[in-house]
Amino acid sequence: MARRVAIVGTGQTYHKSHRLDVNGRELINEAVTRALADCELSIADIDAIIIGNMDHFESINYVDTWSVEGSGGYMKPIMKVTTGGTTGSSVAIAGYYHVASGLFDKVLAIGWEKNSESDTTAAIVTCSDPIWDRFSYSGAIPSLATEASAYMEQYGATQEDAARVAVRERTHALNNPYAQMYNRPITIKDVMESPMLAYPIKLLDVCPRTDGACAVVFAAEGVAEKIAVRPAWVKSCSVRHTTTWFGDVDYNTGMLSLKRASKEAFEKAGIKDPVEEIDVAELYLPYSYAGLKWIEAIGFCGPGEGPKFIWDGNTDMGGKLPINPSGGVMCTNCIGATALLRVAEAAIQIMGKGEARQVPDVTNAMATGFGGCWWSDVVILGKDKPN
Amino acid sequence: MDKIAIVGASQTKYERRKKGEIFYDMIYEVTTKAMEDADYTLEDIDNVITVSNDFLDGRTISCMAVQEAAGAHDKNVSTIEGDGAFGAFYGAMRVLGGFGTTLVVAHSKGSEGDPKIITNAMFDPIYHRLLGLDAISSSALQASVYMERYGITEQQCALVSVKNHKNAKNNPYAQLPMDITVDDVMRSKKIADPIKLLDCSPISDGAAAIIIANEKRAKKARTKPIWIKGVAHCSDAYFLGDRDLADPISLKDASKKAYAMAGIKDPMSEIDVVELYDAFTYMEPLWLEGMGICDAGQGGQLIEKGITVMDGKLPVNPSGGVLSAHPVLVAGLVRIIEAALQIRGEAGDHQIKGAKTALAHGINGPCGQSHCVWILGSK
Amino acid sequence: MGIDRKDTELLTVTFDKGMPYEWSIGKYGSRFFQEIKEHKRFLGTRCPKCGRVLVPPRRICGPCFQELDELVELSDTGTIMAFSVVNYPFIDPATGIQRPIPYTYGYINIDGSDNIFSHIINETDANKIKVGMKVRAVFKESQEMEGNIQDIKHFEIIR
Repeated sequence: MARRVAIVGTGQTYHKSHRLDVNGRELINEAVTRALADCELSIADIDAIIIGNMDHFESINYVDTWSVEGSGGYMKPIMKVTTGGTTGSSVAIAGYYHVASGLFDKVLAIGWEKNSESDTTAAIVTCSDPIWDRFSYSGAIPSLATEASAYMEQYGATQEDAARVAVRERTHALNNPYAQMYNRPITIKDVMESPMLAYPIKLLDVCPRTDGACAVVFAAEGVAEKIAVRPAWVKSCSVRHTTTWFGDVDYNTGMLSLKRASKEAFEKAGIKDPVEEIDVAELYLPYSYAGLKWIEAIGFCGPGEGPKFIWDGNTDMGGKLPINPSGGVMCTNCIGATALLRVAEAAIQIMGKGEARQVPDVTNAMATGFGGCWWSDVVILGKDKPN
Repeated sequence: MDKIAIVGASQTKYERRKKGEIFYDMIYEVTTKAMEDADYTLEDIDNVITVSNDFLDGRTISCMAVQEAAGAHDKNVSTIEGDGAFGAFYGAMRVLGGFGTTLVVAHSKGSEGDPKIITNAMFDPIYHRLLGLDAISSSALQASVYMERYGITEQQCALVSVKNHKNAKNNPYAQLPMDITVDDVMRSKKIADPIKLLDCSPISDGAAAIIIANEKRAKKARTKPIWIKGVAHCSDAYFLGDRDLADPISLKDASKKAYAMAGIKDPMSEIDVVELYDAFTYMEPLWLEGMGICDAGQGGQLIEKGITVMDGKLPVNPSGGVLSAHPVLVAGLVRIIEAALQIRGEAGDHQIKGAKTALAHGINGPCGQSHCVWILGSK
Repeated sequence: MGIDRKDTELLTVTFDKGMPYEWSIGKYGSRFFQEIKEHKRFLGTRCPKCGRVLVPPRRICGPCFQELDELVELSDTGTIMAFSVVNYPFIDPATGIQRPIPYTYGYINIDGSDNIFSHIINETDANKIKVGMKVRAVFKESQEMEGNIQDIKHFEIIR
């Protein structure tokens, strides 16, 4: 029988575009040390470690073995999970299964990236098929631009609608000292006037590149309650890596993978009406238009209703369903850590450790990961033990 | 640990260059064959773990190339980057953690990249990479430390090559079945002292798959379930200079845990067959020591006494081992498959009679920094 | 004498060498390039289960998990489904040098197929390009073709 599992501690680095003061292992160690301090454990208490990043961003092969001095993996079980942008959530889900299996009681999940160490777009381009897509594919932005223009065409959404999402993220980041874009508020006018990268995406519509790391401690039922006053229980996780080829993504039917993963995750968690039952969401929104369209795929509102849902203030702090109190991916994007930060931030909300970014009375929190070929991971955390 | 079992397995033939096949083709082949082996359909597969490496494949998010070919289109899926023995372990955890079944697939094409540059990328970019260390030169360092420490001879290592290539003659999937002598090995080209050409595993292309199921779902499979009795992994320090290269302490730790789970007290007498990761000849005696099959420094004599040959007391690598086919990442999964086939009694011409308990082993990182040890059993 | 730690300049190590690879194209993919060379037309595969024609041709339909073996001849024309005029610089991993900007990345539905083929469109003025426009592939001369995606130079808008 699978055991119940909870998050009992989280740690993250301060995020900057260039962390020249630390090498990769030291960056990892910063997050690990903070996570252990958060739950008052020492590395000796940890039974196993999972680590993830994207190889070509730092050009380190076998990061699991390379990292041990920083991760604390010396003479411990450690393995590496890598699935692209979803790496962080894949690492979290691996942390969950390590504990749920009954083989390990306390497990450390680590995501990290030093994006400053390579040309991010050049490294991302090599995710496309070398034979078919690499010549014409030029990184994440044009394919996101493709999705955005299809969405605008279909529902009449505007660039201002998207800018509203960008503004929300930066406003929320005012409450999160860890965010790379901490204390850098913007207006809709700023977004509209920022340089056009690939129509309709402008500079302030997209995520930055970040050096940073995140670590999360998972513990088994019976152990978790002793470590944390209020553990964040994992109610469900669900993954869909639906497509293999960029040419098979159907932009008009919405985020199929997110639709399917959310549906399964809500079912497993016993959530019938997500917009009512989810109190806060930390979503992997790499660019502003996703903040309109993808919340429709999750089921927070109907198709084409994203812009209205946003403009009505539902997703702001104090709204019905605050999204990304941390400022989200558009304020901090250390790729291998990005989706793990979503899970960590969701856990922080359940545990009541959000300080200035805390949403009151959180019973259920949702985190997502995005990556690869329009892939989605969904994790639902709760204050109460799952059934 | 709840009862879980390997109920399906398949592998491609290993070749120096599968020019006509892309990763997708190889993964489709082993996925469908593993399901046929278990008599499962895609509906019987609850979730999928793929195993791949971005450096080997020359592709960021290398798993993207194969998800569909592994039948993962509408399933929960994840990817382990590292040896297949580790990927399979995560697959096993997911069965213990709630899924009824996991399909684990691994692929690699050593022929498509440059193994020297790819394995050079394992080394620290600040201190070691620019020196040019790679899998072969670092292993040569480990071999010399080990041989020097215990007086292990090059001839003893050569015997491993002779044995494993001979065993490969009975394995239709192996890439290098050969009749060679100790003299042939000794006279083969020096690659990096003390390692000679015939001490090395080849560059290989191939793929493999297994299906792991819980007790209930194992009953639906056609095959005799091969139970996972124990499995554990552990990592040593990263910098070679921080490790005692002649003392595989992480392997000792992983073995001890796996034995404890499986209730094994005396591995030498309780294990019937071993499939271990012999990327180079010296690794076989060194890993056997780490596994507690013999004492430290006794590995050479163990080989010399013929204990590890097909009809010896404890046959090691009846399949021909990694020396006879080395699809990186896939190789550890192949060890598990070969161990399972032995217990099933379906190992064909390289069957060890009456094998009931088998050990399979995979490694990650330079010089076997991280080890994963599996104990499989018939009950 | 003590060591003054105050003014340490933070250094980085640079590695900028490419890693060579030789990727297999596969059976249907190889045939795709042969068709381009011999007939200057595209080739797809049809799924017997869902009926979709996929280009570039491939061996498996993911959603159906069905092996495909019916090759379908297609023309050299298609429709722009989406496009993006790219204005930011990046290092092209194929050449190791910065790719000239702007250029237009296009999602093209090749006539007779059911998915999207991506390539470059030789129109960089966003006002002169629209979703729904017809495009035609412009190929290299046959004798210059090398059996890779650049055998198609780009797509041009049919005006």
